[in-house]
Amino acid sequence: MLIRATVNGVERAVDVPPATSLLTLLREELELTGSKNACEQGECGSCSVWLDGEVVCSCLVPAVQADGADVRTVEALAENGDLHPVQDAFLAAGAVQCGFCTPGLVVAVADLLAREPHPSEETIREALAGNLCRCTGYQKIIDAVRLAEGALA
Amino acid sequence: MVAVNFGRARPAELLDLSRVEELRTWRRDNGRVFVGSGMTFARITRELASFRPLVEASRSVGSPQIRNRATIGGNLGTASPAGDALPVLAAYGADIVVASQARERRLPWNEFFTGPKRCALEPDELIVGAEWDAVAGPGSFAKVGTRNAMVIAIAGICVQLDPHGRSVRVALGSVAPTVVRAPEAEELAAGAIAWDEPDRPPAESFVAEFARLAAAAASPIDDVRGTAAYRRHVVEVLARRELEWVLDDWRNGAC
Amino acid sequence: MSVTKERGWIGESARRVDGEPKVTGEFAYGSDLGTENMLWGATVRSPHASARIVSLDAAAAMGMEGVRCILTYKDLEHAKTFGLEFCDQPVFAEDVVRYFGEPVAVVGAETPEQARLAAEAIAVEYEPLPLVTDMEQALRPDAPRVHPFGNVLRHVHILHGDVENADADVWVDGYYETAMQDQAALGPEATLAVPADDGGIDLYAVTQWIHVDRQQIAPCLGLPEEKVRITLAGVGGAFGSREDIHTQIHACMLALRTGRAVKMVYGREESFSGHVHRHPSRTWIRYGAKRDGTLVACDVRLLFDGGAYASSSPAVVGNAATFACGPYEVPNVHVEGTVVYTNNPPCGAMRGFGAPQICFAYEAAMDALAGKLGMDPLDLRLKNAVKRGSTLPTGQVLEGPAPVSELIERCRAIPLPDDEPPAGRDPIAYPGGAGNVSRGEALKRGVGYAVGFKNIMYSEGFDDASEATVTLRPTPDGPVASVRTAAVEYGQGLYTVLAQIVRTELGVDEVVIEPTTSRNGSAGSTSASRQTTMTGGAVLGACRAIRDALLERELAEPITRTYTHHHAPTTGLDEHGQGSPHAAFAFVVQRAVVEVDQELGLVRVVQVATAQDAGRVINPQLAEGQVEGGTAQGLGLALTEEIQLQDGVIRNASFTDYLIPTILDVAPVVTEFVEEPDNDSPYGVKGVGELATVVSTAAVAAALRAATGRVLNRVPVHPDDLVGIRSEATTSGPAPVPDVPGQKSIPEYLGLGLGQQMLMKASDE
Repeated sequence: MLIRATVNGVERAVDVPPATSLLTLLREELELTGSKNACEQGECGSCSVWLDGEVVCSCLVPAVQADGADVRTVEALAENGDLHPVQDAFLAAGAVQCGFCTPGLVVAVADLLAREPHPSEETIREALAGNLCRCTGYQKIIDAVRLAEGALA
Repeated sequence: MVAVNFGRARPAELLDLSRVEELRTWRRDNGRVFVGSGMTFARITRELASFRPLVEASRSVGSPQIRNRATIGGNLGTASPAGDALPVLAAYGADIVVASQARERRLPWNEFFTGPKRCALEPDELIVGAEWDAVAGPGSFAKVGTRNAMVIAIAGICVQLDPHGRSVRVALGSVAPTVVRAPEAEELAAGAIAWDEPDRPPAESFVAEFARLAAAAASPIDDVRGTAAYRRHVVEVLARRELEWVLDDWRNGAC
Repeated sequence: MSVTKERGWIGESARRVDGEPKVTGEFAYGSDLGTENMLWGATVRSPHASARIVSLDAAAAMGMEGVRCILTYKDLEHAKTFGLEFCDQPVFAEDVVRYFGEPVAVVGAETPEQARLAAEAIAVEYEPLPLVTDMEQALRPDAPRVHPFGNVLRHVHILHGDVENADADVWVDGYYETAMQDQAALGPEATLAVPADDGGIDLYAVTQWIHVDRQQIAPCLGLPEEKVRITLAGVGGAFGSREDIHTQIHACMLALRTGRAVKMVYGREESFSGHVHRHPSRTWIRYGAKRDGTLVACDVRLLFDGGAYASSSPAVVGNAATFACGPYEVPNVHVEGTVVYTNNPPCGAMRGFGAPQICFAYEAAMDALAGKLGMDPLDLRLKNAVKRGSTLPTGQVLEGPAPVSELIERCRAIPLPDDEPPAGRDPIAYPGGAGNVSRGEALKRGVGYAVGFKNIMYSEGFDDASEATVTLRPTPDGPVASVRTAAVEYGQGLYTVLAQIVRTELGVDEVVIEPTTSRNGSAGSTSASRQTTMTGGAVLGACRAIRDALLERELAEPITRTYTHHHAPTTGLDEHGQGSPHAAFAFVVQRAVVEVDQELGLVRVVQVATAQDAGRVINPQLAEGQVEGGTAQGLGLALTEEIQLQDGVIRNASFTDYLIPTILDVAPVVTEFVEEPDNDSPYGVKGVGELATVVSTAAVAAALRAATGRVLNRVPVHPDDLVGIRSEATTSGPAPVPDVPGQKSIPEYLGLGLGQQMLMKASDE
């Protein structure tokens, strides 16, 4: 089925089989490999993208549901080679180790701070509960949120 | 989609219901509440704030990413006894509204759920939503998993006080082939609570017996997520806590 | 909170050199790679833990759309097996399968879906065989044999002094169990294999040691090593699960057969069968002490379940046996340590490499001893802690720093978290988190300590050297340095540390880490917490050689120097388990504060405090990251992580039911490093990566015991244990000691095919 979606600000037309996820569409058809596939089940959040402004697990969205929708991925955050404040905060805080969870987390954190510029510690933890990280133990990720909070204020 | 991703399901065709507006709405008409099957848990949390146990259940689902897409219809269609919203719907005594081209029908929740991951939906029907008579009284939902987030419930329970109807509804999840109510516990509570005197605290022996009866209504199994013995224990503990909470909230005028 | 600084010399929290592509999503992991005209591979795996393969029919699959190639054992024309210590693992099972998930065939097709459909269409008929899935049962003479020569893979015996006649006033006996843990690296196994015009193959691999991969791949392809060219792909975490071969040989075989590039990636479910796990263990331990707490004797029987193939199990059990009494001075020691084969999934390297399991046991036993003596648990540790110059049960003398007492004091001095009133919190701030289960009922805090240690670098005679090449070249904008190394970076920050070393030694700002390939000399494995020491040492050596050259002349032309760093030699264990098996040691102390909902048995970890012996910290932020991440993994084993097996079949091969900690499951980690330099090490460094994982499970368990009074002799601890529904693990006594020819692995005595690591060791002798 041919679908049209705006992906990172660009209108794209892609022919997708019915049983394909948005994640597969992004990675394989559109070659946007920033969103990752660590579980294919919506458990890890490494595939997090924005669909019509809401953060979702793209592995759980049928690609055909993106028809007519606005999709933004991690690749949309840096502008003209300048890192988004959340991306920069992750680097400054040491919140990146292997980096596999990082795109999904950067999206989730950017989403959190856009909705709630000054979140409590509990709000941060609840908002990021769906993003698994195996390397960092999450401490510096929380530090990164605080740094980004300051940078975006 | 999980089954699709794993190659366990390979549908030749998909029908996208996410744009059907009637399914993505909710309304309240004279105390009769309707929540469309397309309402996501994120929207329920934002828009149905006065239905606290429903919000508590919705908030316990997965993650923000999941809550932005997962719907109450998904819970209903999957019909897992662990579906987080289902104990709340059972406690509300909800009817499940289903429709085919030929007709629309309403099934009481306990007729809709027929077994673990089985429901009475016909192949030509879709789930329109859930309907119930709003209950004016405090309620609570809680669930236990072995991790602090992102868990399929080992045991879940909703306790809903109905001071006007002088009753307590108790619904259990993950501890039986389907979501179940605990009628003996409910009956005990209906008789033991001082409905005209909210300030009178309940007798300790009543609370303990209530919890015991709630646990007795469970028929849990051992599985990879937990043991039957622990599940039963959780029901007993949570039943007691939630009863105390809702009675506390009732006393304090909170709802 | 530490924040990165910009000058980038050693001792600073310099920004990651590979950080920017990771935050933008451009960093290419193995699973992101691809090329034109590529095929996809899919594996057919055994659903049985023990079975004979009666027949395999790929005819129908071969005719399916998009299928270009199907391979089975019949297509193995060269070496048919591979393995780290012994070449005992079949590329494809031939007549029997020995574990759930053992590869039987592989398909190459135009799309992943076509490959998967064809794999499902390959009809394999199995006849189930008797299986052995209990590690004690495996020792029985009548147990089914996983391999013809029996189920003992290696048995280690250590005897020091005289335990039988030790003059102790008080004895404690304990029995402890640890479950099978998974590394659960988020980045999946992946290989892109591209056949080359010279008949060789170019691989983009996800691995921890490029050269050992090559040494296993080449013989199976019938190629000389020079024709197997490996470039490191981005690795999304490893923690031991990328040391063994996964997709590499299969992908290469498909590529060579079809003449096309082949990509193979495992999904999460397959990944659980695609790598080794942490050994489950059972430990019987006795301590004898004087009334004043002085340890007199320690007797340990430890048993590890190695699963169906050897992997690195012999080294793991050797480690565990040599650490079995803990970092304490004990004059009389007797250790019997066995790793057995079973039909469970193979086990091998996972962060800590045998030390976490044994630390859980010895620290629990030490707490029990303190209880029996009426002593404060830390006072008991302080009374017996090793120090520089102490003799270990192997007779090895601790020649490097061993500041255990200081670590204990530093950890104890870290402020405890404030008391938190039970009522009125955000619902998710209670044990049980997002489940809304509490308004503050029945909460009890517990505090527990654990002390641990392990080796840095490889042991028992293994010369795991590392080679690096540094080039300094003049440019109009100033000198630029580049580093060529085969060392794998999988997130801990090795390349950043190397850049810091080069900046410091050569005074340059710009350092380029060139692509990591097999053209460079071996750097050894990124494991055993060894790379900062070993590849850091190689880079340091190369830089110093460049500086020496610059004393003679100016930088007009590029200067290149290559250096190979070796650590101090180690020995094997003699017939009494005596020797100097380890090159260096590092020590750690942790304190865990937990809050338990005593009615529901749910746990919230409130704080973990760490004091770690780090020699010299090159990058504080990266070092903290290792402590914090390592703690989370140990916390997982303590509370939620367990591969659940039934008749050898994995029941929870998904992130839905294999539960790694989420952000709601971890607590703030406060870390202090004690920097007493190790003079045998570049800059005095000691590796940091594994130590927190060694000790955090034990610390959390100790805190849970303090909060609940329960014995908790098994991890992961279930809510059932905390509320008393499940009682402690019991035993009918220590497992019998097998009769073995000596300390080496049984396959070695039998002259069976040595695996790559064994070959490297043998060639150095």
